[in-house]
Amino acid sequence: MADEVLVEHHILEYPGGYTRTVGPVIGRYLTGLRDGRLIAVRLGDGRVMIPPAEYDPVTGEDAGASDADFLEVGPGGTVTTWTWISEPRPKHPLDHPFAFALIQPDGADTAIVHVVDAGTENAMHTGMRVVPKWRDERVGDTLDIEAWVPEGTGGASAAKPATSTEPVTTMSSPVKLEYDIGAGVAATRFLLGLAQRRILGQRTGPGGDVYVPPRGSDPKTGTPTVDEVEVGPRGVVTTFCVVNLPFSPLAPEVPYVCAQILLDGADIALFGLVADMPAADVRQGLRVEAVWADEVGPTLESIKWYRPTGEPDAEYDSYKEYL
Amino acid sequence: MSAERVAVVGVGQTEHRAVRADVSMVGLVREAAKRALADAEMTWTDIDAVVIGKAPDMFEGVVMPELFLADALGAAGKPMLRVHTAGSVGGSTAIVAAGLVQSGVHERVLTVAFEKQSESDAMWALTVPTPFQAPLVAGAGGYFAPLIRAYMQRAGAPADIGMMVAVKDRLNAIRNPYAHLKLPDIDMQMVEESPMLWEPLRYLETCPSSDGACAMVLASERVADAASRPPAWVQGTAWRSEPTLFARRDQVNPQAGLDCAADVYRQAGITNPREDFDCAEVYVPFSWYEPMWLENLGFAAPGEGWKLTQSGATAFDGDIPWNPSGGVLSSNPIGASGMLRFAEAANQVRGAAGEHQVEGARRALGHAYGGGSQFFAMWVVGADKP
Repeated sequence: MADEVLVEHHILEYPGGYTRTVGPVIGRYLTGLRDGRLIAVRLGDGRVMIPPAEYDPVTGEDAGASDADFLEVGPGGTVTTWTWISEPRPKHPLDHPFAFALIQPDGADTAIVHVVDAGTENAMHTGMRVVPKWRDERVGDTLDIEAWVPEGTGGASAAKPATSTEPVTTMSSPVKLEYDIGAGVAATRFLLGLAQRRILGQRTGPGGDVYVPPRGSDPKTGTPTVDEVEVGPRGVVTTFCVVNLPFSPLAPEVPYVCAQILLDGADIALFGLVADMPAADVRQGLRVEAVWADEVGPTLESIKWYRPTGEPDAEYDSYKEYL
Repeated sequence: MSAERVAVVGVGQTEHRAVRADVSMVGLVREAAKRALADAEMTWTDIDAVVIGKAPDMFEGVVMPELFLADALGAAGKPMLRVHTAGSVGGSTAIVAAGLVQSGVHERVLTVAFEKQSESDAMWALTVPTPFQAPLVAGAGGYFAPLIRAYMQRAGAPADIGMMVAVKDRLNAIRNPYAHLKLPDIDMQMVEESPMLWEPLRYLETCPSSDGACAMVLASERVADAASRPPAWVQGTAWRSEPTLFARRDQVNPQAGLDCAADVYRQAGITNPREDFDCAEVYVPFSWYEPMWLENLGFAAPGEGWKLTQSGATAFDGDIPWNPSGGVLSSNPIGASGMLRFAEAANQVRGAAGEHQVEGARRALGHAYGGGSQFFAMWVVGADKP
C-alpha cells in the first residue's frame, strides 16, 4: 500500500476569542488599569500581592473579600529580573527590541510580568527603577500600560482620565493553535479513493470486518487492516434524525436528514446526509446511494449526500446488528 | 482485593446558570470547593491531595486546569491530578479521588469538577471541524437522536416517553436550589410544543448548557467515623470504556455500560437494582436516555425500560426515583455533570438532599457517561459501611 499521507494546514480557534468573566478581584485590577492605577490586594499575613488573586496562593484562603483589602501601589517599580528580546515577533507588544521583565511596584511584595522599553540591552539591569507609560485609550487590559520605561528618562506619562466608569467584568481571550495535520495512511487511501468516485474500506484480511472510513487497524483487536475493499456506493439507512436547524453547511436545505448509513460490503455505518427526497419520507431500512459532487477530490465533500435508489427497503434483521 | 473504606464527608456545588457572569473560573471552582470543605467541617490545610476534572478543553480553551487552578484549590505543595474522560469525567474524577483513600495513601482528598461553558459555545466546542474527519453534521443531538430512534424502534416505545422524562426531571429541579433550569409550569404540552430540533428529539428534551462546579471531600474510615455529619460510604466504584466505533457495536445498549454496572453491583452486593436502590442519579442529557439507561443498568429488562418511566416508577414519588435533583436535563456544566450525579447520590444517603430528599434513602447509584456513549463511571453509596 502506498504510504502517501495527505497533510493540511489547520487553524484551531474559537471565533472572536473566549469570553472570560473576570470576577470581583481580577475585575478590580483590570478596572484599575483602565483608570490608570495599579491595584493590589493585601493578604491575611500582610503581604501585598499584584496582580491580585481571589485567594492566597500559599494557603488557599480567600483574598480580596472586602473593599478594605485593596490598595493602590506604584506607580514606580523595580525590575527584579528580565530577558532581552532583540528580534520581536509579530505578536510581541513592541515592534522594536525590548525587555520582558518582572517588575515589583513600590509597596507590593510581588512582581508582575511586563514590558520595559529601554532602548538598548545595555540600559537594562536588575534593580533598575522603572515607571509606567500609560496609553491614552485604556480598556482594562494588561497592555493599558504600553510599557515601563527607566525612571527619570522622561518617557513616562501620567494617565489621562478614563473614558468609562463602568467596572470591567469581562475580557476576550483569543487562543489560536496553528498546525499541520496529517490524515494518516489509511484515511489518505480512503480520500484518494473518493477522488476517483470509489469508497474504499479496509479489513485485516478475508473474513475480517470491513471498516469505512478505515483507520488503519481493527479497533477491536488493534490488528492492522492491510486488505483494501471497495464498498458501496449503495447502502441502507440504519437510523437517522431530522434536523430542523441549519447546523450543517453541507445540507441542501432545512429540514435535512442526518443518517447512519451502512454501505453494502461494510461492517460499520457512517454518518451522511439523505436528500433528494422529502425528509418526512426517510425511514429506517431505506436503500440509498452516494451522490457525487460535480467536482470530486481527496476530500469528504466528494460525496454530497445520499439519495434513495428506489429498491425495496432492507429487512430490519439485515442491519439490526449495526445500530 | 482488599481496600481501605472511603466515605464522602463533604459535598458542595455552585448555583448553576447559563452564564455565571459574577465569577471567574477560579471563583466558580472555589465556590463549590469551599462549600464542600464547610460541609466536611475542614479547612484547606486539612486536605492531603486534590483531584480535578473537566470535559473537553475547547469549552474554555484551558488545556491545563490542574496547573491553572492548583493554588486556587489549596494544592500548593500537595499532590494534584487531573482526570479526563469526556462527559463522564466528573464520575471518573471522584473514583480517582476515592482510590487515593482506598489505597491508604491519603486520608482526606478534595475532588472538584467544573465547566464554564459560557466562555465559548457548546455546539462549537463539541463539534470543532478537523481536517480529514467527517464533521458531526448536526451537533451533539444529531449524534444521539438517531440512537434514540433506534431504541424506540427496538423497544416498541410510545413516542411520548421522552416528554414524560423531560417533565419529570424539570419538576424535580424545582426542589433543587442549585438547578439551572426552573420551569414550574412545565407539562407535556409545553414539551410537545417546543421546537423539534433533531426529530425525534425536541428542544425541551435536551439538556441546557451551564456554568457550574461540584466538589466533594472523600475521607478515610477513621476521619469519617469522627465526622459530626453523616458520611456516605462508598460501597463500590467501577469504570469502563470502549471504542466509539467498531463493527456491530451496540450503541443503544453499550457493552461497556453493562460491564460497568455488573462490576459495581458485584462490589456492592446489588442483585436487583430496582429493589436494592432507594434512588439513582443517572446521566440523562437527552430525555430518552432514561429508559435506555434503565435497561443498560438493569433496572428493567431489555425493551422494558420505557414501561418504568411510563408507570411513574422513576418519578419523585415512585418506587425508584431517578434524578430527584432534576439531573442533567436541568443543569449541565458538562465536566461537573457526572460528579453532580455522584454527589447528589451521596447527599441522598446522608439525608442531606434538602427539599429533594428521597425519604429514608439508604443506598443510591451515581452514574456518568461520556463521549459517544463510550466512557462509563459509576459508584454505589450507602448510609452503611460496606
